Amino acid sequence: MSALYSLLAVLALVAAGLEGGRTGAGRDALTLIVPYAAFTIFLAGFCVRVLRWAWAPVPFHIPTTCGQQKSLPWIRQAKVDNPSSKWGVLARMAAEILLFRSLFRNNRARMAEKRLILGESKFLWLGALAFHWALLLILLRHLRLFIQPVPAWVNGLERLDGFLQIGAPQLYISDVILLAALAYLLYRRFRDPAVRYISLFTDYFALFLLLAIAVSGVLMRYFVRVDVLSVKQFALSLAAFRPVDLRALSPLFLAHLLLVCTLAAYLPFSKLMHMGGIFLSPTRNLANDSRRKRHINPWNYPVKKHTYAEWEEEFHDKLVAAGIPLEDEDAGKAHTD
Amino acid sequence: MRDRIWIVAGLAVFVALITAPFWRARRDVGDLAKLPVLTLPANQTQCVAPVAYMRASHMKLLMAWRYQVVREDERKYVAFNGKVYQKNLTETCLGCHNKEQFCDRCHAYAGVPSPYCWSCHNQPQAGASAVSAAALQPQAQPAPGARRSPDRLLSRMSGWPVSPVPRRAQ
Repeated sequence: MSALYSLLAVLALVAAGLEGGRTGAGRDALTLIVPYAAFTIFLAGFCVRVLRWAWAPVPFHIPTTCGQQKSLPWIRQAKVDNPSSKWGVLARMAAEILLFRSLFRNNRARMAEKRLILGESKFLWLGALAFHWALLLILLRHLRLFIQPVPAWVNGLERLDGFLQIGAPQLYISDVILLAALAYLLYRRFRDPAVRYISLFTDYFALFLLLAIAVSGVLMRYFVRVDVLSVKQFALSLAAFRPVDLRALSPLFLAHLLLVCTLAAYLPFSKLMHMGGIFLSPTRNLANDSRRKRHINPWNYPVKKHTYAEWEEEFHDKLVAAGIPLEDEDAGKAHTD
Repeated sequence: MRDRIWIVAGLAVFVALITAPFWRARRDVGDLAKLPVLTLPANQTQCVAPVAYMRASHMKLLMAWRYQVVREDERKYVAFNGKVYQKNLTETCLGCHNKEQFCDRCHAYAGVPSPYCWSCHNQPQAGASAVSAAALQPQAQPAPGARRSPDRLLSRMSGWPVSPVPRRAQ
């Protein structure tokens, strides 16, 4: 049901983008208000969330470890999976962010003839990795529309991405990979009843939104051509805060733009914020050295103490009357009786 | 506490990167929204298709032409206004348009710097184009019966600067 609702929400956005440009006011809203508002919400929301995380207390080192801790010299340490140094943590974080190390551990439990079988399950990892790298490449390629003159490395990325030289405009490998990965990730949510049971509106909404963005982009590039020159002119004018006359923008482009703006504005409030959050995972970005170093809780305040000596002094007479030995007077004496 | 410095620094780098286009646009704000200036052909007023179509989809047209010429041996293109053109990038397109002053300007602007058209096709030089046209002349007028023969196609292909192997089904 949540899948249906999120699909309907995305379709409503697509319709709003396609139809919104028909009137002058709608066109102004779609090409000026929505992009700036979405960008502001994205930037402010992202910063607020990261800063709130930064100010959250992490008093102790709480890494979850996946290998041999540093111990005796002849026991080999898992330096990346159980890091004890800054460099180890750096390597671990790089593996996490660039290669999705944790997801690589994903496994699958099933029952076969009344026996529990745990098997490896790498497809989620593969799909996620393919999707994220393709998305990064696509985002970087879009810089050609925002920067004039186009930097050489952006042109280089494009050439790399289109090196199969299929058709004109050239087929980008990242487009194919992105669509395939998104389709798999969506299929995965529908296929497995357990995954379907825990899938919420936001899970489907993010997938459908990304899928709609990818499909509208692919349509514009390969099938329903749009005038790239006016698109670039529009993007540059947005960047320069100098709006230009924009009647050349097609409805499909406006729909693409509205979907992207929705994604940007939605990102800080959704689970997509893992984009910033992955850097701040305390179970990953801290060294496992809590047995070698003393980590003092940074907000320790001077605790009001009542020591045994003070207690003894307070009840001195009563202790003597009851015949209980006193520490400060009897200290060091051997009681042999 | 010490970590906060790194988090804030990382966030600042992220914000700087993501707003980079804005900073860059501020620097040279004057000529950003201007489209590239094109040198239009002096001898023609109408292209083989309307301007809006050519601007957005000329690559589709070129791909269709390539397929029709190389695979189907269809060389005549009847334009939207009834005019007949040769499906020929070097002679029809580049006969009017100059690569550096027309194609490359928009391509550089839009960040599509060198499509692989140019690994075979060249801007015809004033003298060289007459020579190459003369060299292709005997092959351009074959016997009527040999119109769709693969051999003829092959021999024609071999006269081109780079000779791709035709993969035509027999």
